[in-house]
Amino acid sequence: MLQDMQLENIVGEYKEVTLNLYGSIPRKIYYTDIETPYPDGKLIVSTTDKAGIITHVNQSFVEMSGYREEELINAPHSILRHPDMPAVAFKDLWDTVNKGAKWQGIVKNLRKDGGYYWVKATVIPNIRNGQVVGYTSVRRKPSRTKVNECIQLYPTLF
Amino acid sequence: MSYTFTVSPDFSPNYLAGWYIFNTWLQIQTGEAIHFELYDDFQAQRTAIQANQIDLIYANPFDAAMLVREKGFLPLVKAEGISDEAIIAVNANNPVEDVAQLSTGIRVAVTEDPDVHMIGMIMLEAGDLDASNIQTCFCNNHILIVKNLIQDKVDVGIFLAKAFDDLSNLTKKQLKILVRSQISVIHHSLMISPKLAERRTEIQALLLSMNNDDKGKNVLNSLGFNAWAKVEDEEMEFMIDLMDTLII
Ligand SMILES: Cc1cc2nc3c(=O)[nH]c(=O)nc-3n(C[C@H](O)[C@H](O)[C@H](O)COP(=O)(O)O)c2cc1C
Repeated sequence: MLQDMQLENIVGEYKEVTLNLYGSIPRKIYYTDIETPYPDGKLIVSTTDKAGIITHVNQSFVEMSGYREEELINAPHSILRHPDMPAVAFKDLWDTVNKGAKWQGIVKNLRKDGGYYWVKATVIPNIRNGQVVGYTSVRRKPSRTKVNECIQLYPTLF
Repeated sequence: MSYTFTVSPDFSPNYLAGWYIFNTWLQIQTGEAIHFELYDDFQAQRTAIQANQIDLIYANPFDAAMLVREKGFLPLVKAEGISDEAIIAVNANNPVEDVAQLSTGIRVAVTEDPDVHMIGMIMLEAGDLDASNIQTCFCNNHILIVKNLIQDKVDVGIFLAKAFDDLSNLTKKQLKILVRSQISVIHHSLMISPKLAERRTEIQALLLSMNNDDKGKNVLNSLGFNAWAKVEDEEMEFMIDLMDTLII
């Protein structure tokens, strides 16, 4: 399961909050105002099993999240859950992929060092021999206009 | 029985002879009559695939989903160390330094190569640009994109990175790269139709050992790379899923 974030990893002035992951499991997180810009030309890729446990990440994922690959594999994807993200966004994500459809949205992600990065994510079910075996998310660089819209919108969704 | 081999129409003209030589090599190695057929464009090639006229194909990643999931093609190999990457470039005199500074209404030159076009559009999306607010100018080849850029007839060019890198230094000096993709998991692949499924392992082994003798090595060099690398089914499925997330 997910450990609380560790203060020794946090860079800069931080705030503290406890998130209820999976609706009930508390995780203490620390977060800062430091944004890491999305790297030009790269895609951030991860795959999960049906329960949202990470099974694969690419190098850009490792670099942007700040975690080592070993820390990410077998962790729930909510390891990146940022307190500024409204829960309805992820409910919509899961409702959509559970129907077998593609989900797309702008997501603010939490780094291991407490900082954040914005992505435009697309999540699809991985179908093998007619069965859903997991999910893949591919993130690309979002436009600043889209990010600014979400900065306005997301606080209204709590 | 005779088979038909074709190559994604975005192949570089520099390697046209190479593909003919490769086809001859394949015939000798497999002992089969294989006819090499080229199509003028992707649409014509897709029509042939739909009509089950193709048995072997060096396929664009954009067509991989259709080939594998609709037509039952199986991946064999990819060119070792080569992935499909795109570059967004402008005239060197253009003051723009970042796609975020590009404005709507700009003229964007591309070739018909669907995966490079797609990757290029994803990079432009970061600047709030999409097909609806730019003018897309299709060019027959990347040399025409260069010409249009240098003559200021278009504002932005989307290039296959390898094609851009192979331009002369003199040409490159007249252009400026705004962004280069670093995706590394999108690649062309050599695939076979279900008709050849039984011979998959054998043909794969022939291809994978091609760089072990001088003759095979020469053929590979005439295609612009050094060896084939195996493509597993799951790697292909993963690439297809990845392309699927990028197509919207
Ligand atoms: C393939 C895939 C990728 C995901 N990527 C992220 C992500 O980058 N950031 C994130 O906060 N949640 C992501 N999620 C959603 C999480 O699984 C989780 O629903 C979310 O973090 C909210 O946590 P909670 O459901 O425990 O409340 C992803 C889910 C899937 C299936």
